[in-house]
Amino acid sequence: MYDIKALYQAKSTADAVALRQAHPEAHIIAGGSDVLVQMREGKRAGAELISIQTLDELRGVSLEPDGTLRIGSLTSFSHITRDPLIQKYVNVLGEAVDQVGGPQIRNIGTIGGNTCNGVTSADSASTLFAWDAVVELTGPEGVRRLPVQEFYLGAGKVDIRAGEIQTAILIPKESYEGCFGHYIKYAMRNAVDIATLGTSVNVRLSADKKTVERARVAFGVAGPIPLRAAHAEALAAGQPVSAELAERFGQAVREDINPRDSWRAAKDFRMHIAAESAKRAFTESVRLAGGDL
Amino acid sequence: MEKHEMQYQTVHFNLNGKDVERTVDVRASLTDMLRNDFRMTSVKKGCEVGECGACNVLIDGEAFNSCIYLAVWAEGKRVRTLEGLLGPNGELSDIQEAFVEEAAIQCGFCTPGFILTAVEILESGRDYTDDELRKLLSGHLCRCTGYENILRAVRKTMNRRLGKA
Repeated sequence: MYDIKALYQAKSTADAVALRQAHPEAHIIAGGSDVLVQMREGKRAGAELISIQTLDELRGVSLEPDGTLRIGSLTSFSHITRDPLIQKYVNVLGEAVDQVGGPQIRNIGTIGGNTCNGVTSADSASTLFAWDAVVELTGPEGVRRLPVQEFYLGAGKVDIRAGEIQTAILIPKESYEGCFGHYIKYAMRNAVDIATLGTSVNVRLSADKKTVERARVAFGVAGPIPLRAAHAEALAAGQPVSAELAERFGQAVREDINPRDSWRAAKDFRMHIAAESAKRAFTESVRLAGGDL
Repeated sequence: MEKHEMQYQTVHFNLNGKDVERTVDVRASLTDMLRNDFRMTSVKKGCEVGECGACNVLIDGEAFNSCIYLAVWAEGKRVRTLEGLLGPNGELSDIQEAFVEEAAIQCGFCTPGFILTAVEILESGRDYTDDELRKLLSGHLCRCTGYENILRAVRKTMNRRLGKA
């Protein structure tokens, strides 16, 4: 038995919003792989829960008329990985969430929960930062959309207001078109582990594949929330593709990140693997985009 | 301290091919309901935080750790446990036989969970490499045999079903 004070099961998105207003103290539970574990640990013991688990309307990936890729917030990691639209347009997101926990966790864990937790180590988060994802929230006043960078307010804190639930993650066409990316999770085990550092890079090359038009890189666990490395991105933009550029790109991320010492890894070590992972992920992204270096 | 009000709900679902219903405490996990209300004792209580895989069951064909799945969420679902693999006269299924043949079992606590993940793998009908199988089996902890025999049993059954052995 879980120490749940009361369970309110939402029957629709509108119902979930009504329940949020009626029970402002209640916690939202989606897949449960964080909420129930924290409840077991005693952190959320005695809480009221609003379950949105059964809202199938929030599952699945689709393309909106303007080309925006829409990922329902309750889409599980394994379904994201297997989805043809994800594989075609944002393959790296499917690869990143395929490294969350283990297979059973990927069947229950949702991308909405992964982001709403607000933790820097979330395997989806760095890729969503790197692809300028937009978070969609639905509340009493309707739908609100904001960049994922603004959604994260601090460690474990996200911008979900009273009465709101997250309903989708959107990736605009401009953000994914022609882009290829790679994610590197550095962890101590190959499965069921939390990232020591997560690195997500993507590039868009010129038509002749000789020049980097745009490079983006984001990290998880390089700061209290996921973050982009602006120096490295500026350094690579417009530059000819080369192995030397990959090296400089990797070194430049050191100017942007601020990892901490923790029992998982020392700050120095995280700095080191951040530069190395950025270089490798950049190299692989260029290769996927058809470049030669 | 505020007294919690008890909340019950009736859940209708299909368990190992049979439509069932039970009125359960909404605080119950699926593990609790399967063990206590249906005596499905193959569903083991291990870590109870979704790390060890001992409580794994199939829900609509996908593997889930039932310890971190609320019983009431099973409404309308098809749930399968190890008990559902037995033939009408108690015969073992091919994957269970393979676990015996390969000595992929020692104390047996992790076995039901592993076997149900193996069932999901096998029912995909795909031919996986050893690396892929290792990754697909990585959500389970075994503290007795090591994992080689388990991998061998799954691979053997996969090959047999694909007509490769």
